[in-house]
Amino acid sequence: MKRREVMNAEVTPIKTAAETALADAFLRRQAALPGGREIAGLREAAFRRFERSGLPHRRVEEWKYTDLRALMREGKPLAQAPDASAKAAAKSAGAILAGLKAHRIIIVDGCFAPELSATAISGVTVTPFATAVANGEDEFLNSENSDTVLALNTALATDGAVIRVKSGTVVDRPIQLVFVHSAGKATAVFARSHVVVEPGATVTLVESHEGPDKLDYQINTALDLEVGRGAKVDHIKVTCEGDAALHLATLNARVSEAAELRDFTFTLGGAVVRNQLFVTCKGKRAQLSLAGASLLRGRQHADTTLMLDHAVGGSSSRELFKSVLDDESHGVFQGKIVVRPDAQKTDARMMSRALLLSPNAEADNKPELEIFADDVQCGHGATAGALDESLKFYLMARGIPEREAEALLIQSFVGEAIETISHEGVRADLMFAAVRWLRARSA
Amino acid sequence: MLEIKNLQVRVEDRQILNGLDLSVNAGEVHAIMGPNGSGKSTLAHVLAGKPGYEVTSGDVLLDGKDLLALGPDERAAHGVFLAFQYPLEIPGVATMTFLRTAINAQRKQRGEAELSTPEFMKRVRDAAAKLEINQDMLRRGVNVGFSGGEKKRNEILQMALLEPRLAVLDETDSGLDIDALKIVADGVNRLRSPQRSMIVITHYQRLLDYIVPDVVHVLSRGRIVRTGGKELALELEARGYAAYQDEAA
Ligand SMILES: Nc1ncnc2c1ncn2[C@@H]1O[C@H](COP(=O)(O)OP(=O)(O)OP(=O)(O)O)[C@@H](O)[C@H]1O
Ligand SMILES: [Mg+2]
Repeated sequence: MKRREVMNAEVTPIKTAAETALADAFLRRQAALPGGREIAGLREAAFRRFERSGLPHRRVEEWKYTDLRALMREGKPLAQAPDASAKAAAKSAGAILAGLKAHRIIIVDGCFAPELSATAISGVTVTPFATAVANGEDEFLNSENSDTVLALNTALATDGAVIRVKSGTVVDRPIQLVFVHSAGKATAVFARSHVVVEPGATVTLVESHEGPDKLDYQINTALDLEVGRGAKVDHIKVTCEGDAALHLATLNARVSEAAELRDFTFTLGGAVVRNQLFVTCKGKRAQLSLAGASLLRGRQHADTTLMLDHAVGGSSSRELFKSVLDDESHGVFQGKIVVRPDAQKTDARMMSRALLLSPNAEADNKPELEIFADDVQCGHGATAGALDESLKFYLMARGIPEREAEALLIQSFVGEAIETISHEGVRADLMFAAVRWLRARSA
Repeated sequence: MLEIKNLQVRVEDRQILNGLDLSVNAGEVHAIMGPNGSGKSTLAHVLAGKPGYEVTSGDVLLDGKDLLALGPDERAAHGVFLAFQYPLEIPGVATMTFLRTAINAQRKQRGEAELSTPEFMKRVRDAAAKLEINQDMLRRGVNVGFSGGEKKRNEILQMALLEPRLAVLDETDSGLDIDALKIVADGVNRLRSPQRSMIVITHYQRLLDYIVPDVVHVLSRGRIVRTGGKELALELEARGYAAYQDEAA
């Protein structure tokens, strides 16, 4: 896997074409972005953060394997509000979860499309991000997270969904945020969403991201997720962007006492994909399952970077990330679990596995534990390897042809991760998507 | 039916089979006995087409068909079945899915229609019941969490469902308690038929009390060094292999 070298060891912020374009875009668009004076101030501060550091590059530890400065060659013009035909086309989006009966909220080119969205959900309020910030809601933009990609999102976010699930509500069906990029426009989109699940509520939240092939559009999307006391949340993010797209996604999740968060990151599409998950376990007796699967081919690059902070003790978390890498694809997993001094009795286990289907594919696996408490149970493991030849022989000796035998083994490999999703319909749809991916490979 | 002529096989530059000859007629059961490391499993693997074995000379014909030219999946479709000495675990592939995929893959290769779901379910249920394999085991990943004996019974279940022309059983009796041995032997005996040949590899005469062979061979240092009737197994039990190891040397 060849990567462009950054020649200069002394890194001066705002230097590359992409950085300059992003800075120009902010200065030109600034005044028109939604939100009053306070929000404008937050945006300005976030922009300054970006200005000081520039795009993250390989010398920034968290971005070691995804050198954004090299991978993002140019900055695209900011997307305009979608026209009627773009909205009409967006109606059929979300096909990967076609089997799912969900409350669908459609966001086209970073704009909430109310006429296409189901906003009347019992026990739930749904507001476009632009409306919420215009009304002065800003707590979710005020993040302590200093990541540059998130800072860019804060500076430039146009729209998204703000969802509040009221205390004790069990939402009848999954809520699906369908993000669509329109055909024909190689633009940049900055979408921001915020979901608050109040104490004792239960919801399955699905995010899907898609767009046309052969179009080098850029997505920067972020979700802030607040899981209240005793709430149960399943969050599944599915990335099927077009084959030339750049997709940067940030999840900021905070999990309260006795709450349950099951998070799943599924990556199929996109030329360059970065999923960064910042999860803080801030209450006792919380249960977290953070998992994901990536199926990559061609020259796809997908990076999943998890930063899990066990700030408070007595909680447990399980992390399981799998990637299947064909052709010249590059899969990255970085997982860092921090157990704070007060977080006694934390139980955390992280496993990441890469399956290399081609000698030219590359897997980088970096699990890390930083443990400051003494009475904890923590462990991690990472593997990377080819398909097990003796298992393949066992299947073939029963009459199963080679490609089909491989497909079964790959399916079982990703299946172990997909199994962690508790919603049966989502699980079935994602398993089916994996099978389709395998069939395309066998064909 | 099965015709092996002057088979020579190398593994990683070591000659393991040294000109092995063996013919098995349709309907016959042949037992192969022999010391550890003599090449019994190697023979079984070469018949099934496991990669990593280099056949340097010789022929293997099944019903006149050159097996060595076929991939393992094609051999299976032509009726070769190997019951593994060490059945593997395949987490994440349910036994049911595995069985169904295998049956239909073979049928497809032979140009036959897939089995309908009810027909498949019925066959699995009947065969599993006879081998005392419960439904819960069938829902689990292939051999995952199975005891040694359960794994061996699962091999026989696969054999019953795949109805091979030639079955090679590699130490199917090892690790079985007395009751399981009877269940497995009964399972094998039910599958004896005038159209089906079997090669039973074992270290123990006891299995051959249940699966009575037509012919017994002694394999030593990669070659058949003695062939006889079922009484040969008794003789081996009493005297061991010392005589044959000298003979082959
Ligand atoms: N992959 C391999 N690489 C190197 N040597 C091998 C390999 N497979 C088999 N052998 C060697 O070939 C010889 C025959 O092995 P094989 O497993 O066929 O014996 P066996 O008769 O089945 O023995 P047992 O009764 O212990 O099952 C042994 O010496 C073994 O070490
Ligand atoms: Mg053996």
